Amino acid sequence: MDKRFFFEKYGLSERDLEKYLGAALSAGGDYADLYFEYLTSTALSVDESMVKSASQGISAGCGVRVVNGERTGYAYTDDLAPEKILHAARTAALIASGPAKTPVVNLKDKARPSLYPVTDAASDAELSKKVDLVFRADKAARAYDSRIKEVRAGYADELRRILVIGSDGTFAEDVQPLSRMSVFVIARDGALSSKGSSGGGGRHKFEMFLTDKTPEHFANEAARQAILQLSAVSCPAGEMEVVLGPGWPGVLLHEAIGHGLEADFNRKKTSAFSGLMGKRVASDKCTVVDNGTLNERRGSLNVDDEGNATNNTMLIEKGILKGYMADKLSARLMGLPNTGNGRRESYEHIPMPRMTNTYMLSGDDLPEDIIKSVKRGLYAVNFAGGQVDITNGKFVFAASEAYLIEDGKITAPVKDATLIGNGPDVLTRVSMVGNDLQLDEGIGTCGKDGQSVPVGVGIPTLKIDRMTVGGTGSAE
Amino acid sequence: MATTTTSVELDLRELVEGVVKRAIALGASAAESVVSEGSEFAVSVRLGEVETLKESGSRGLGVRVFVGQHTANTTTSDLSAEGVEQMVRGAMELAKITSEDPMAGIPAAEQLGKIDGDLGLYYDDVYSLSTEERIDQARRAEKAALAVDARLTNSDGGTFDASIGRKVLANSHGFTGEYRSSYCSISAVPIASDDAGNMQRDYWYSVARTLAKLESPEEVGRIAAERTLRRLGARRVKTQKVPIVFDRPTAGALLDHIFDAVNGDSIYRHASFLAGKLGEKTFGSNVTVFDDGTIPGGFGTRPFDGEGVPTRRTTVIENGELKSYLLNTYTAKKLGLATTGNASRGLAGTPGIGNGNFYLQPGEKSQEEIIKGIQQGLLVTEFLGFGVNLVTGDFSRGASGMWIENGELAYPVEEITVAGNLGEMFSNLSEIGNDLIWRGSVACPTLRIEGMTVAGE
Repeated sequence: MDKRFFFEKYGLSERDLEKYLGAALSAGGDYADLYFEYLTSTALSVDESMVKSASQGISAGCGVRVVNGERTGYAYTDDLAPEKILHAARTAALIASGPAKTPVVNLKDKARPSLYPVTDAASDAELSKKVDLVFRADKAARAYDSRIKEVRAGYADELRRILVIGSDGTFAEDVQPLSRMSVFVIARDGALSSKGSSGGGGRHKFEMFLTDKTPEHFANEAARQAILQLSAVSCPAGEMEVVLGPGWPGVLLHEAIGHGLEADFNRKKTSAFSGLMGKRVASDKCTVVDNGTLNERRGSLNVDDEGNATNNTMLIEKGILKGYMADKLSARLMGLPNTGNGRRESYEHIPMPRMTNTYMLSGDDLPEDIIKSVKRGLYAVNFAGGQVDITNGKFVFAASEAYLIEDGKITAPVKDATLIGNGPDVLTRVSMVGNDLQLDEGIGTCGKDGQSVPVGVGIPTLKIDRMTVGGTGSAE
Repeated sequence: MATTTTSVELDLRELVEGVVKRAIALGASAAESVVSEGSEFAVSVRLGEVETLKESGSRGLGVRVFVGQHTANTTTSDLSAEGVEQMVRGAMELAKITSEDPMAGIPAAEQLGKIDGDLGLYYDDVYSLSTEERIDQARRAEKAALAVDARLTNSDGGTFDASIGRKVLANSHGFTGEYRSSYCSISAVPIASDDAGNMQRDYWYSVARTLAKLESPEEVGRIAAERTLRRLGARRVKTQKVPIVFDRPTAGALLDHIFDAVNGDSIYRHASFLAGKLGEKTFGSNVTVFDDGTIPGGFGTRPFDGEGVPTRRTTVIENGELKSYLLNTYTAKKLGLATTGNASRGLAGTPGIGNGNFYLQPGEKSQEEIIKGIQQGLLVTEFLGFGVNLVTGDFSRGASGMWIENGELAYPVEEITVAGNLGEMFSNLSEIGNDLIWRGSVACPTLRIEGMTVAGE
């Protein structure tokens, strides 16, 4: 599609870019970059079987960054007129106070992988087809069971065009499609109420929602969860064996260890994982990677938001800590390889090390053997989300679908349970790893320092020998 | 083709009024437009050195159109004449694919209006400091924190932020209203290590609409240091049921869940455990909760809500009885009630429900006195995670805090969860503190709650 988008739409020339970067480095500094972004988005939802509203938006801007040692100066403008960009560049330059430097401007894009289709959801499918999707989800959820009383189904897509120009000769353009469906339902039976939710998507063509990730698939899943929860019992509280189902429960990896392995926290030595490189942080059954190069995945990127190609980065190999996720600043200051994990929410934000798709590789155990091995524990298969305190390593996440395991058999579903643990030791307690790695369906959004970015997670079925489960039921 | 962007200073009132007129000219039966303009400045200092310096401004425009009972909305950051025209036409086009919703619409003309007079929302002094002075504020906060104790060996920094904003709303009933707002804040995030190398962090901040009301960097740093130090050596505790005291920040988070539960959106969808309970005694008799969007200088104060309806003071819960939900025009129509002036509106999407200054009426005792009355219990000072189910009221969140023994704080605890049910928790408030302090738009004094489960070892 239209590479050179910014050059055509905004009349940018090589001379302009040199001028902007020159202004950014007018007071010195080690590095400067320009980040142009043009984002179009569409969202619509069905609610009470009506498409009550629909939204579209256009947002464009340019962020200018100047890095001087460990210092970062940043300014942005949503007006792409030359004098506004120059003003932003001069503002960002306030971080430095030395002689001017001359940037290298290079307008030759490197050959890059193409991990997602060059597609534009806006023109890929007419609005009416998107409306069909949400109506189909509504219909399927209601048809699932007469106790499903409320259904909200949403569809959203965006197309993000970026251009990154760095004073080190970085030049990268990318066109990043992203879409997803979501379904939320409430079931009622007499005085009992429960909820269920599901969703997914990725960086794929619209057709995926017609062939694979259909509205019925998501609607049935949300309805199934809600109906199941109607008969859920109170979750027991206390320490017990925990089995995590494959796929989305990988959010445990994301919270428990992923954030702790982002290079910025380790550079500042504020992570519970600081200084553990080369040491054992998990049982030898655990191998964990961060992989931004998977086709069409929600967390995948051809280039990160600093213009570097993403990678398949080994984080933990057979239990040993092998790597951090780095951006340009951390890589330079720590002498680490740049893993292409520099991401930002938008042109208004400073990039920092972030995850892409983070998952554990399959092991040798059969999922049914894992369940059979548990005398009394919890089997958690769906999660609402989690949070971590990087410094002391404590993390927590909320299970939205979980069952008791009694004498090696899955029994009653339990109401919302919270799992809490300590990042550096939770994976040392992984005693069985299934052969059934699954990635999530493409619904995850990660927040850090007020910036949200799309991510993916995944795990095979895992058994953790001991975790604290928070509930209201008796522990006995 | 190259598009030229305009850099001419725009009259924002004219802009939104023009958008509304244009939508009507294109066939809309009603329209509403909002523009927001803001500037932000942020500095962070870590270990005495500037880490980031950020300064910028932005503007955005949105429109919501109604074509009969069909509605749609669009936004743009391109405020050129072409950008605006594209946005309005886009909304009209989009409205064609939405359903007919009998309840759709902007407020009736007679409901519109605004509170007159200066509400104390905007002080230009937040932007009056030079870059060096701003850096100095952040540096002093961090320095004060690290100076408290030798065990404070690292830092996630000190910050000073300031922002100013202006919002203008217009609709096709002829309403145009605008207000400015300002904020400034200071924070410190020190990190402490014990002899074994185990680290803990905590933070403190001060936020105000004017520099004059901001706590000193030294005060912010000192409190941040104390909160961090007292976490060192944290242990786990056995799973048990004990009285739990929630300090102001965590009690405020609990009260925030009550706001979510009286939010009209959750009510009409029956997605709240308080749906259908209007007029019923839902909580203990000692619970009275107000939402007041009119308190001068308040963080939740504004002269009109996101739809141009004047804000007001609403009694939400009185002596345990649910007196009012919080509503915008749409949710009010759905429930056969009147709007409470709680519409919130960003640029995009349909209006949601936002709180004004939402608070629980304070009691008599200080936090210290409340703790004194407990033999064995827990003071919760931080939540981790989001385990709240509003449909059922079930509550289970990660927590850390201090163990209480014989009326005194004995030792720090972590890696535990606290669980209960919001309905039962607010029926089992055995003590309410006298310490109502506004640090945001939701405020709650210290609470003591009976019957909750602490899960640990």
